Amino acid sequence: MKRGFLEATTLGFARAVTRAMLSEQTARQRGLLQSLDPRVRAVGLFMLVLAVTFSRKITVVAGLFALALAIAVLSRVRISTLATRVWLVVLAFTGVIALPAIFVTPGNPVAALGSVTITEQGLRTAALLILRVETAVTFTTLLVLCTPWTHVLKALRALRLPKEAIAMMAMTHRYVFLLVETTSQMFESRRSRTVGILRPEQQRHMAARTAGVLLSKSVSLSNEVYLAMQSRGFRGEVQILSDFHMTMWDYCGLLMFLLAGGIAVWMGR
Amino acid sequence: MPPLFELRDVSFDYDGVPALRGLSLQMMAGERVALVGANGSGKSTLLRLLDGLCFASRGTVSFDGQPLTAEHLADDRFAFPFRRRVALVFQNPDVQLFNPTVFDEVAFAPLQLQWPKETVLAKVTEALDLMGVAHLRERPPYRLSGGEKKRVALASVIVTDPEVLLLDEPTATLDPRSQSQVIDLIHEWKGSSKTVITATHQLETVADIADRVLVLETGGVAASGTPQEVLSNHDLLLRANLVHAHQHSHGGVVHSHPHIHSHSEHEH
Repeated sequence: MKRGFLEATTLGFARAVTRAMLSEQTARQRGLLQSLDPRVRAVGLFMLVLAVTFSRKITVVAGLFALALAIAVLSRVRISTLATRVWLVVLAFTGVIALPAIFVTPGNPVAALGSVTITEQGLRTAALLILRVETAVTFTTLLVLCTPWTHVLKALRALRLPKEAIAMMAMTHRYVFLLVETTSQMFESRRSRTVGILRPEQQRHMAARTAGVLLSKSVSLSNEVYLAMQSRGFRGEVQILSDFHMTMWDYCGLLMFLLAGGIAVWMGR
Repeated sequence: MPPLFELRDVSFDYDGVPALRGLSLQMMAGERVALVGANGSGKSTLLRLLDGLCFASRGTVSFDGQPLTAEHLADDRFAFPFRRRVALVFQNPDVQLFNPTVFDEVAFAPLQLQWPKETVLAKVTEALDLMGVAHLRERPPYRLSGGEKKRVALASVIVTDPEVLLLDEPTATLDPRSQSQVIDLIHEWKGSSKTVITATHQLETVADIADRVLVLETGGVAASGTPQEVLSNHDLLLRANLVHAHQHSHGGVVHSHPHIHSHSEHEH
């Protein structure tokens, strides 16, 4: 039977979540980022994202993009993975936002499409915006691909992010998979008992009911999980074990990140 | 010796739907008790009452002579020792395994009880070894099989070496080999000196895990006795919906007998 839009979207999301969870194998390889303490990775890459945000010159942002590529290669992240998962997606979304800038930014005309003029300044603005977002998202993706999710959470905790926020992120990561799996099974179950093609309004009713049932299930699950936490001594404050150790190599790595970020901000001001 | 748990005329309902009705019973320290009953007989609710996760709408529940109430559990001086002494393994391991890795899962309880870091690391390693899941320590729980999840769930509660272990259908949904492994693990865990209260509707495991059996029926105790006494009372088991009359023929002669569902073959 042909799948409806919602079902196809949900199953696509399920596949994406599964892929994301299985991506931890990159994090377990030996590479530049993997050799650094997760806190250094988080702070260092965050610094570079800030440098990208504050740089006003396209050449500096392009230099940071090249740095991201170099880090990816040294960390054994496949460029094809970045291209398909990051660059194309970011280009599609940011391109829509950046496109009007080509036409509405005043400046030296370089081409004309009927009554609309494309300006040099407009092209620069659009290119800077797209390159900035591409670079920032690439740095963030490198952190996620090269660090097991548990270490990302511990690193964020070590960086004094509120415990409650960390616990929520951990829970979301843990249960999104279960709920997505449940949703897929609900769709499969419905399909196994449906004959013929449902009319659009019937499909909408079915989708609404599915969403309602899933919400009830997730509320029930969250209640049960809270009881399981209470049963094991949870008193409202999450306690997390942090067992990271900084070495000389980590301090060198942190220094390099800070230097690269600082130089980029100074050159791109 | 005073009872470890004492329930007097306890009733509990879920939004008006009664789960327990006028229940009175005692459980002694070191006892191994099986709570048997059909679905909806109140087994899981009773375990939650004993673990202080829900509270009676009528009657009293006490632990070691102290009332088990929301007010009492709000006091850290009672709550910390209680959580240290009593542990519950939930029926659905996905509910219980909420941490990102197996190691974090097993370390959760000792960390909440604010044990020193070195003690946490030592105890977690010990529990993982005991349950045979040390090789899974960095794995996320969603990638484990049903049997592995159950073992990790057990490791996550025995890590604090509780005096009382409450088990909700510990062998349900497991294949026969995983079932016997889980039962063996419960035995290995200093079973003789601990209080183990197990809710199950799998009668074939009862003799292995309990010295006393309480048959629950529509929220009350229908019968109590040794496993031999209860399992040989076919009328009681039929009435409690734990067996059903099974009719078939041998050599052209039709006969019926009570039928207990198990994964193993039964003899005629």
